[in-house]
Amino acid sequence: MTDSVRQSIVDRLPAELLARADEALAHFTCDDLRQLVEGELHPARDQSHRRVAGGGRWQDEIILHAIPPGATVLDLGCGCGTLLGHLIREKGVRGQGVEIDPEAVIACLENGIPVFQADLDQGLAGFPDQAVDVVILEETIQTLRQPTQLLTEVLRVGREAWISFPNYACWKVRLSLALEGKMPLTEELPYRWYNTPNIHLLTLRDFRMWASENGVRIAEGHALVGNTARPLDQEQDNLLAEEVLLRIVPE
Amino acid sequence: MMKRDFENHHPPHSPKSVGWTQAQSVELFGAETPLVLEAGGVLGPVTVEFETYGHLAPAKDNVVMVTHPLSADAHVAGWDTEAEQRGWDFRYRKPGWWDTVIGPGKAIDTRQFFVVCANVLGSCYGTTGPASIDPATAKPYGLTFPIVTVGDWVRVQAALLDHLGIQCLHAVIGGSLGGQQALEWALAYPERVSRCAILAASARLSATGLGFNAVGRHTIMTDPGFLGGNYYDHGPGPTNGLAAARMLAHITYLSDDAMHAKFGRRLQGKTKPDFGFDIEYEVESYLSHQGKTFIRRFDANSYLYITRAMDYYDAADWGDGDLVQACSRIRADVLLASFSSDWLYPPEQVRSLAFALAACGQPASYADIHSRYGHDAFLVETEQVSRMLRAFLN
Repeated sequence: MTDSVRQSIVDRLPAELLARADEALAHFTCDDLRQLVEGELHPARDQSHRRVAGGGRWQDEIILHAIPPGATVLDLGCGCGTLLGHLIREKGVRGQGVEIDPEAVIACLENGIPVFQADLDQGLAGFPDQAVDVVILEETIQTLRQPTQLLTEVLRVGREAWISFPNYACWKVRLSLALEGKMPLTEELPYRWYNTPNIHLLTLRDFRMWASENGVRIAEGHALVGNTARPLDQEQDNLLAEEVLLRIVPE
Repeated sequence: MMKRDFENHHPPHSPKSVGWTQAQSVELFGAETPLVLEAGGVLGPVTVEFETYGHLAPAKDNVVMVTHPLSADAHVAGWDTEAEQRGWDFRYRKPGWWDTVIGPGKAIDTRQFFVVCANVLGSCYGTTGPASIDPATAKPYGLTFPIVTVGDWVRVQAALLDHLGIQCLHAVIGGSLGGQQALEWALAYPERVSRCAILAASARLSATGLGFNAVGRHTIMTDPGFLGGNYYDHGPGPTNGLAAARMLAHITYLSDDAMHAKFGRRLQGKTKPDFGFDIEYEVESYLSHQGKTFIRRFDANSYLYITRAMDYYDAADWGDGDLVQACSRIRADVLLASFSSDWLYPPEQVRSLAFALAACGQPASYADIHSRYGHDAFLVETEQVSRMLRAFLN
């Protein structure tokens, strides 16, 4: 597709696209869309602005602040144990990580983080009911074969849970698919169709529906919008949020 | 004199070897204060052979106890000075059985830690066992030796530490049957163990494992040379039975994948089969060799007693059959490792021990190491095991 052809499509696009998109898409001007097509959409080279000290994720700061000192914490998909390390050192929590990647497990051991190497798709059998205060499930739910099963287990084992996931209804994702006709490639979804671990992608609205159908209440929410974390706006964030972080409790 | 074979190992003068070693021996539990055994009966005196490497810190807080698997001994690292004198030629060819992880700069760093390993009760490497002389009869015990358990072994090891003036262990580390001893340490002496690393072992042996042990004992006890266990002064002993037991055990230590990789269906030194019952395949030759070398270094009665101890062990006994309740006794940081192709202590059984620890709120670590080497992997996957142990000890 030549630039002139592409340009003419972009120039014509807003009205057509808007007719089918959420009202909030009106927040974006023609310039936004033009920028999008010119490369803004694609993963930024430098992701450092999304990291907290120690190489963690944007959600880490919020969770670190929210979890009460001395709590018991189970971090599912804990990676190298960065967040658990902060929680143990700064909040005196009693923490246990679960991770499937063998290199990350070794890194946890080297960092002094108690870790189980386990496949979350095999569930949490063996952990008794209400064994911990908080379960953390960061950017993992969309990679599981049986997400509902694990979410149920999470609220069986923990009194509450913090979960985060990339929001597939984010305007960038929608436009990427609409304009390019290819599987969306964004900062939060940096994979090709053939190598993505994300097999159960979902939207904020999907999750809210799931929660209401399964007796789960969203007690608190945060959204990553334009590389800034802010409290969740339930009305608009299905379109605006690139990623969401939710605190869920049984209803 | 046999030639020492230093190839593929750190020789004694290597800066990575603990060097030349000499076993020590101590008599514990005298006739006045005998060891009261879990299965009933008493035993005393008990001689314990042990080795130590490194230096005991003035505060005695740098002790790492290594517990050995079924057919191993106290000679865990370095080169035995007395191998020839004691007729233990197998110690000529090789350094101690876990020399790859113990030594200066290795995972269990002997510049930092004081390492202790003791031969278990009932074995045949210097600690009292069925081949020892019963002071009451002045003859070898044979099958009059009492049944001993993993719990008894650990109580003997604790008595050894008392004798050495050591109260607490920085860590206890063991693989396979040694892993069950390490677990028993954390359960029986929670206040004496800071860290406990258990490799390729779970809370109890499975029915499959019990079955393998039963076949091994059967071949020994039905060998015409067994003579009810009183073979020490009468003939060669149940050598065929012991060799067969060892051959079977070697199959259980490998995996289908490892057997295929190591031998496949290759014929032994020929291109066509001979169509007879002599050795045809490489795997037959290997197993036959393992059997033959084993009968020169191991006592058949010890094999019976030690496999029985392995059978009886169940960590859940500490919780009246409830493993979670048992684990709630533990105060140590626990590290568990399974190996993906191990069918003697399969990963799911090791993981269930990890989850039992988690269930009583005890933070623990569990790694499932991908390996094709089967149960043997805990001795073979040196790099992975070293990284884990080093991280866990520091």
